[in-house]
Amino acid sequence: MLAIARQRMLGQSFKKILPAVSVLRSYSSAAKQITVREALNSALDEEMSADPKVFLMGEEVGEYQGAYKITKGLLEKYGPERVLDTPITEAGFTGIGVGAAYYGLKPVVEFMTFNFSMQAIDHIINSAAKSNYMSAGQISVPIVFRGPNGAAAGVGAQHSQCYAAWYASCPGLKVLSPYNSEDARGLLKAAIRDPDPVVFLENELLYGESFPVSDEVLDSSFCLPIGKAKIEREGKDVTITAFSKMVGYALKAAEMLERDGIYAEVINLRSIRPLDRSTINTSVRKTNRLITVEEGFPQHGVGAEICASVVEESFSYLDAPVERIAGADVPMPYAANLERMAVPQVEDIVRAAKRACYRSVPLAATA
Amino acid sequence: MALSHLAASASRSSSLLKPLSSALSLRRSISGDNSPLTVETSVPFTSHQCEAPSRSVETNPKELLTFFRDMALMRRMEIAADSLYKAKLIRGFCHLYDGQEAVAVGMEAAITKKDCIITAYRDHCTFVSRGGTLLEVFAELMGRQAGCSKGKGGSMHFYKKDSNFYGGHGIVGAQVPLGCGLAFAQKYSKDETVTFALYGDGAANQGQLFEALNISALWDLPAILVCENNHYGMGTAEWRAAKSPAYYKRGDYVPGLKVDGMDALAVKQACKFAKEHALKNGPIILEMDTYRYHGHSMSDPGSSYRTRDEISGVRQERDPIERIRKLILSHDLATEKELKDVEKEVRKEVDDAIAQAKESPMPEPSELFTNVYAKGLGVESFGADRKEVRATLP
Repeated sequence: MLAIARQRMLGQSFKKILPAVSVLRSYSSAAKQITVREALNSALDEEMSADPKVFLMGEEVGEYQGAYKITKGLLEKYGPERVLDTPITEAGFTGIGVGAAYYGLKPVVEFMTFNFSMQAIDHIINSAAKSNYMSAGQISVPIVFRGPNGAAAGVGAQHSQCYAAWYASCPGLKVLSPYNSEDARGLLKAAIRDPDPVVFLENELLYGESFPVSDEVLDSSFCLPIGKAKIEREGKDVTITAFSKMVGYALKAAEMLERDGIYAEVINLRSIRPLDRSTINTSVRKTNRLITVEEGFPQHGVGAEICASVVEESFSYLDAPVERIAGADVPMPYAANLERMAVPQVEDIVRAAKRACYRSVPLAATA
Repeated sequence: MALSHLAASASRSSSLLKPLSSALSLRRSISGDNSPLTVETSVPFTSHQCEAPSRSVETNPKELLTFFRDMALMRRMEIAADSLYKAKLIRGFCHLYDGQEAVAVGMEAAITKKDCIITAYRDHCTFVSRGGTLLEVFAELMGRQAGCSKGKGGSMHFYKKDSNFYGGHGIVGAQVPLGCGLAFAQKYSKDETVTFALYGDGAANQGQLFEALNISALWDLPAILVCENNHYGMGTAEWRAAKSPAYYKRGDYVPGLKVDGMDALAVKQACKFAKEHALKNGPIILEMDTYRYHGHSMSDPGSSYRTRDEISGVRQERDPIERIRKLILSHDLATEKELKDVEKEVRKEVDDAIAQAKESPMPEPSELFTNVYAKGLGVESFGADRKEVRATLP
């Protein structure tokens, strides 16, 4: 009797497992799926609802519903005093946002893309990042600067730069970059709640992508820790670090590598500053090989920092030279074929991982 | 020195016999009372897009004596800083405010500590008028623990958040959008208070100023932009930097007022007017016609682009402390000796504060790593040699 009951229970629980498994493989509609856009929108909504000091500012965030529709519906819900459309004057409105943060409000300043943040970079670095230090703790700056970062599609050199390395080099800033919807929700909520200035680097091409999210992620109290990377896929042969869109590429590369018997461990950085050196080094000590992946310019990039950190902390564990995959060392071209060459592709990550594993001689001669 | 010469030449023997009560007051420090007094400003206000306030300023003996004492203190403090810099106890940048004291004291008299002030790097006296102590000033200048920023800021980065003084900014013009942001926050919080964002004639040409002014006018922010026009942006005279040096008019659709910045009462009147205006109608610009006796900073003698005659001329004709001294003496609010005693007291206060500041130790090495973040999350930070020096940020 008991045995039959147990079998029936097992049968039922097996049925419960099945839909969850199929979600992971084929994104069926059994579990909830939300786009990154919805994730960001809901995070903003919930944080504005929870704390009346949070307000939004940026070009087209209000009546236009957001240039990329991230702030859709928020003007209607919270009113023009809390969702402010600004003129096209980044230096001015960013300074105003930082000043409001000095006073104790919690602004979320949107840059239509981070390329435009260069017009306001003095306020991000000198007025925001350094104030807590210069004032010995009197003036903290609880502000979030958010917006799309890095390459989009066909937008040319002035609209495609990745700013992760620039901002992450600056003490006093925290720099986050989500990949999926869970990241987007959890990290944005953490950023808004954090008392320090946070640069939140999104990706335009990810806004429309759907990812499964658990009930925990959808809860309004959900928050991810700042400074902790996530191991998206476990492996034993080579560590691949990535952030934002490149996490998706790294995961695809890992699938391809698996067919060749190479099991890659994919780390989604989530936080560029503080960098989770501990997770990265622990992983490399396990796999003994490292590939860093980023979209941005290679010189002085995020990968350069990760490589240096691993060489410093885990040198004796390395079985191969550390490798960097990054954007090409050129301004972003417009022509589709050149643009494709200017950003990392999945095959670039696969090739580098194989090199690290087999120590095969690379095609390009070392100068 | 020029000052004592002025005092002697301005002295008139007070032939009126003093009533007993004030004779007794010779033995106590003079403080004056609140009985109203009306004084005319040196020159009428010039206005742009608004009606100028009256030239008649209401004041009282207590206020005038406070002005005198506070400005004398600031003057002495800045001169002492000059000596400390030359003695190499102060390093880096040191931008002195002597000559401009009336702007700081006049503004403070018109507002409360709930109103915000933000300024650029010539901030020592503004810090003091917001309630900062001499010890905090000298210790910060010398990079000691007792400094207002614990020695980590320096001359350009004084702050006093509890009396709404937001610094202390080194990047020319940056403080103006920041000040408009403070005003935004005050309006958002419905505090019925205003922000004074001070900047110089050099900063007046900055683009971000106009960006912030545009937004402030659009959103009706209680922001008062105060141009402390000392006529020189470092070594460049205003007529060489600005096509239109009528800074009070530069707001175009934003009203403006030109004020004699060497007259503390005119400053007070203008700030009072501006506060009322800003709370009802949004931003307004005040141009304070003022002058700095020192060069731009301690590395600038200040005489390669100005004549010594010009500098001494202003000192003779327009010195803010002398103006108040003459006012006090002509209204018999105190005797010359009493005022001289105040100056002696103030000098002693400054000397005592310097001695105390010299006793304050330099920051502990661990302070290198504090306050990087408000919430450090336990992350690691590194010294020059990360294998030698690491720290966990609290």
